[in-house]
Amino acid sequence: MTTDINPTALAVFIFFFVLVTILGFVAARWRKPETLAHIDEWGLGGRSFGTWITWFLVGGDFYTAYTVIAVPALVYTVGAYGFFALPYTIVVYPFVFMVMPVLWKRAKDFGYVTAGDVVHGQYGSRGLELAVAATGVIATMPYIALQLVGMTAVLKALGLHGELPLAIAFIVLALYTYSAGLRAPALIAFVKDIMIYIVVIAAVALIPSRLGGYANVFASADEAFQARGSGNLLLAGNQYVAYATLALGSALAAFMYPHTLTGIFASNSGNTIRKNAILLPAYTLLLGLLALLGYMGHAANLKLDSATDVVPALFKTLFSSWFSGFAFAAIAIGALVPAAVMSIGAANLFTRNFWKAYVNPQVSDAGEAKVAKMTSLVVKIGALLVIIFLPTQFALDLQLLGGIWILQTLPALVFGLYTNWFRAPALLAGWFVGFFGGTWLVWDAGWKPLHLISLGGEPFTVYTGLLALAANIAVAVAVNAVVPARTAVRA
Amino acid sequence: MEKPRSKAALWLLVIPYLGLLWPPFYNVREPVMFGFPFFYWYQLLWVPITATLTWIAYRSTRHDD
Repeated sequence: MTTDINPTALAVFIFFFVLVTILGFVAARWRKPETLAHIDEWGLGGRSFGTWITWFLVGGDFYTAYTVIAVPALVYTVGAYGFFALPYTIVVYPFVFMVMPVLWKRAKDFGYVTAGDVVHGQYGSRGLELAVAATGVIATMPYIALQLVGMTAVLKALGLHGELPLAIAFIVLALYTYSAGLRAPALIAFVKDIMIYIVVIAAVALIPSRLGGYANVFASADEAFQARGSGNLLLAGNQYVAYATLALGSALAAFMYPHTLTGIFASNSGNTIRKNAILLPAYTLLLGLLALLGYMGHAANLKLDSATDVVPALFKTLFSSWFSGFAFAAIAIGALVPAAVMSIGAANLFTRNFWKAYVNPQVSDAGEAKVAKMTSLVVKIGALLVIIFLPTQFALDLQLLGGIWILQTLPALVFGLYTNWFRAPALLAGWFVGFFGGTWLVWDAGWKPLHLISLGGEPFTVYTGLLALAANIAVAVAVNAVVPARTAVRA
Repeated sequence: MEKPRSKAALWLLVIPYLGLLWPPFYNVREPVMFGFPFFYWYQLLWVPITATLTWIAYRSTRHDD
């Protein structure tokens, strides 16, 4: 893959990058509140986002740049198995439809900003609050770092090497997030998502005709897999359980992350969330088509150093230079929106569930906003340093663990919406077992999120996150049943 | 809390889980549609189906928030 700088592509790229930078700073005045010096305004956009803003924001934030690069790369490498992202991002929405409006209402009624707030309010336990908040922060950090991996892939394809372009992009992002808060990614998401839709529709409409149609795309991928002796257009029999449990486990985890919850809490009503559960699958369709770019990579006979390059290389080979510049800009901007929301979500957690809980309980509204803004800067710079100084594999391994970790906060966060039966010590014990047990299983399997089980018959693998969640719930139920209730401590 | 007119429609939301989380059911090549093996177009088809089922569930329950 050539990596000379193409002036046209670069110019188009820079034009759009500058455009969103301006939008990012303008966002501070968009839907201007009386004051931005309040965490509800800076960190949740005033809880005022309607159906369309929420659609663009959550869509832009859940389907990240890393997804755009990594899903086709996985499909390119392993075939059908990589397609689990599709059932995952379908079955997530009935769950969102049922649970998230209830969670939103709880947060709205009591002024909660984070998952930690919800848990503290429900159970009055600082320990459980800290477990949930800390899990949120450490699961999000590597996710932010991976957005930088997505961005690096397109910068590389543009011929921009080294850390400097990445550092510039990220520092600009940090500055406008600092000043405009959640309004910045919400406004930028409009541009980013429209660009991504244009790119993917162009790609799935035009590329196959250049490659002899979809039948040929699938046939070439099939040949490539057979020639290489790995990968397949269909699942192997021992992959069924892994495929289904990865889809279900990822779907349950998806809206436990601080960035997705921030999008939920920022919406203006339960109905906004329900309508979005109906409308957001449009992005899933996009993701499914995008995943097929992995197969188009085989049909186009791309020679790649790394599977992560499949999407940029395909665009570069088959699009005109101005359109590939446009496509790369879409992906790079696609990294900025989630990175901004993730850092805001992590900053909200730190401020509400650590700073306010332990450092300064009397902190004013303006003080909270100030701490959150500073934290968002620190979080982003931390992610940048991780990517520059540590091997990428480190961030990948951590992100994989992050999915398992965040899933362990589900019982504490969700069960309390429906029942008062559970108490904090039981949920904390469950979280402990799920979190550390899950981590151990992943370590034991050589940093793979799948656990081998053989019940007499043919062995099969299960998604570790779901196993850990089952252990988590079992321990919570058992401890709750055994340990006698103290006099009710409900806040 | 909201008072749904009828909770029956919410059971529609179970259908996508049944349709998608049992891969042996759709892990086949034939029939091919527009060049897509069954495995691929079947799962893609669940996107509009799920959205429609969710829409029906939304329409048939009352929400006060």
